[in-house]
Amino acid sequence: MFDNLSDRLGQTIKRLRGQGRLTDDNIKEALRDVRMALLEADVALPVVRGFVEKVRERAVGQEVMKSLSPGQALVKVVNDELVTIMGKANESLNLTTQPPAVVLMAGLQGSGKTTSVAKLARFLKEREKKSVLVASCDIYRPAAIDQLKTLAGEVSAEFFPSTIEDKPVKIAKAALKYAKKHMIDVVIIDTAGRLHIDVNMMSEIKDIHQAINPVETLFVVDSMTGQDAANTAKAFNDALALTGVILTKTDGDARGGAALSLREITGKPIKFLGIGEKTDALEAFHPDRVASRILGMGDILSLVEQAEHKVDREEAEKLAKKLKKGKKFTLEDFRTQIQQMKNMGGISKLVDKLPGMGDVPNQVKDQINDKEFNRQEAIINSMTPKERVHPQLIKGSRKRRIAAGSGTQIQDVNRLLKQFTQMQKMMKKMSKGGMKNMLRGMKGRMPPGGMPF
Amino acid sequence: MGIFSFKKNKDTSTEEEMDQEKGFWTRLKGSLSRTRHGLTDGFASLLLGKKSIDEEVLEELETRLLMADVGIEATQSIIENLTNRMQRKQLADGNALFAALREDMIQILQPCAQPLEIDETKSPFVIMMVGINGAGKTTSIGKLVKRLQIENKRVILAAADTFRAAAVEQLQTWGRRNNVDVVAQQRNADPGSVVYDALVAAKARSADVLIVDTAGRLHTQTNLMAELKKIRRVASKLDDSAPHEVLLVVDGGVGQNALNQALQFHEAVNLTGIVVTKLDGTAKGGILFAIAEKVGLPIRFIGMGEGIDDLRVFDAAQFVDALLDTEDD
Repeated sequence: MFDNLSDRLGQTIKRLRGQGRLTDDNIKEALRDVRMALLEADVALPVVRGFVEKVRERAVGQEVMKSLSPGQALVKVVNDELVTIMGKANESLNLTTQPPAVVLMAGLQGSGKTTSVAKLARFLKEREKKSVLVASCDIYRPAAIDQLKTLAGEVSAEFFPSTIEDKPVKIAKAALKYAKKHMIDVVIIDTAGRLHIDVNMMSEIKDIHQAINPVETLFVVDSMTGQDAANTAKAFNDALALTGVILTKTDGDARGGAALSLREITGKPIKFLGIGEKTDALEAFHPDRVASRILGMGDILSLVEQAEHKVDREEAEKLAKKLKKGKKFTLEDFRTQIQQMKNMGGISKLVDKLPGMGDVPNQVKDQINDKEFNRQEAIINSMTPKERVHPQLIKGSRKRRIAAGSGTQIQDVNRLLKQFTQMQKMMKKMSKGGMKNMLRGMKGRMPPGGMPF
Repeated sequence: MGIFSFKKNKDTSTEEEMDQEKGFWTRLKGSLSRTRHGLTDGFASLLLGKKSIDEEVLEELETRLLMADVGIEATQSIIENLTNRMQRKQLADGNALFAALREDMIQILQPCAQPLEIDETKSPFVIMMVGINGAGKTTSIGKLVKRLQIENKRVILAAADTFRAAAVEQLQTWGRRNNVDVVAQQRNADPGSVVYDALVAAKARSADVLIVDTAGRLHTQTNLMAELKKIRRVASKLDDSAPHEVLLVVDGGVGQNALNQALQFHEAVNLTGIVVTKLDGTAKGGILFAIAEKVGLPIRFIGMGEGIDDLRVFDAAQFVDALLDTEDD
């Protein structure tokens, strides 16, 4: 997400960056570009207007004109305003109430409510150690209740059974009652998708809302939604007093305009992003980080958090200790590293968050994928444990066997072995002389320019 | 109007005939009312008290087209055309502007208004439905089945969405309601194998049409797109020409991203048509112009409600008229 918006804004800003002075003309041109970029990204028009106006006011003001590098100052202004529009800091769920805390999900058809219920249940169970009950009030779409039941099983949340003969309000009330009786911390109520202009359905969800009095009413929106995102959000907000938004399907290539519009129009924070099909693909939304991602300045903070979360620390420490002791880095270790990398969502997801990636051409970015890692893992998997520790054993016929076993060519096996030998050398240096030596070893192997951090 | 829950509609749907032109007209107008209000409320106030059309009006018009998700390129080509005529003094007043706008918009959509034709020599005629998550594939299949049944076609469904929880059950429910066989396997089965089974079954039962439901997938996910290519390959195992129709289902509420979806899916599985859904609630519909202008694939159907017969053949002139209609209703 945000890629195209980053590209467009990046170009505009780059042009300004070089300018020693900002004139009315080049500010005007830049702002027109910004307006186009935002519109192309499906940011709602009223929001675009407000945004451009605010940036213009500040751009002609003292703060930018007087600064040594006006281009940079303008970048800062755009960045500030982006953050303001999306809300200042991350706001998490407010579950401080007498349990059970009730969370109500609402949204259009196909926005991803049921999937988000499962993701949220898992999130609350794993990160907040809550017991979670989920219930479905979707008596309209065929098999919607089955869907939630299956998902609840997958994330091992408790499922409150309901049938299409029940009234939605009754289901919600009964689920709440059940939760009270069984001391459950959080109840998540899934509802049927509905249009904001459907009077009957809107009054139904109002009734549910009234009956269970949720602490959190979350609006689930598809990040690909066009100009209409703002309208629907407003209608739902008026009807239900929303407390937050979950933006889904952000792993696609949508330009993320909805993220900018929603907060501004409803005044309610975006709390989570859905970032994939699996039930763990839910991410807390950090406006400041997203703003810097939009401007192509990377999102190191999220990267670090992700690493902390997904990387198996024990494994990492084990390897570090092993190397320190002067033991050899083996193919087993190499494989573990590949797996850790995959755990973090693969290299392509990591690259997204690195600063400066906006300037890398798309063709290059497309080449960075996880195929190579998968192949390497397969090759190592096709080796015997002995071969993994003593790769020098691997000669002609073994190579042929490994290649056949992993569905690769002998050349691939050779390449892996060569790469591994280089890594081994590097690791050796590191264990002897620490980081300094390793960096020296890496010099010349990094792309020119290096990483900007 | 336009939205009924299934329950209510189950009873009425059989009575309603498909080609009630008048009923359809009002329905389309009703369904598009939000789009129309977005566009035409503005026109009325825009033209109020103006004797001639000036730059300002055109600029406002541009903004409004953009707001209706028409897309930068489509909008710019429409505006450019209008500007040219304005400079040639061909647009004297509001009515002339209107006529010109209508003409331009129809011109963009007309080449894409090609209805789906079932080739009777193919047995079965294989239709594959693809699209991103939550676009409305399974629901559209239900509606499509109803259409085909009215044309006396024997339909079989293949539940090749083996990924999403309860997707198979959802299709089976549709099948039961309409007395259609659904070929399914357990969850997480290989979708290719489901399709093969379904093809064999369809041939054995001499069905006219086989509709394949696939799992929703984002067009950016390489592996899932590769899976889709495989499904397509498998479908052609028993009949070289199958699938005869590959329909992309696009949510009408999606903004400019619908174009990327169309392009990517087209590249992967060679689309033959598009179904645009959920046009009953959203202020958009403008995305059709962008799709027509940039992708040029036939737009087969538009979905305008939750009722089982709310799937309509796409008609450019009617669509534009309903969109631009200034009469009060």
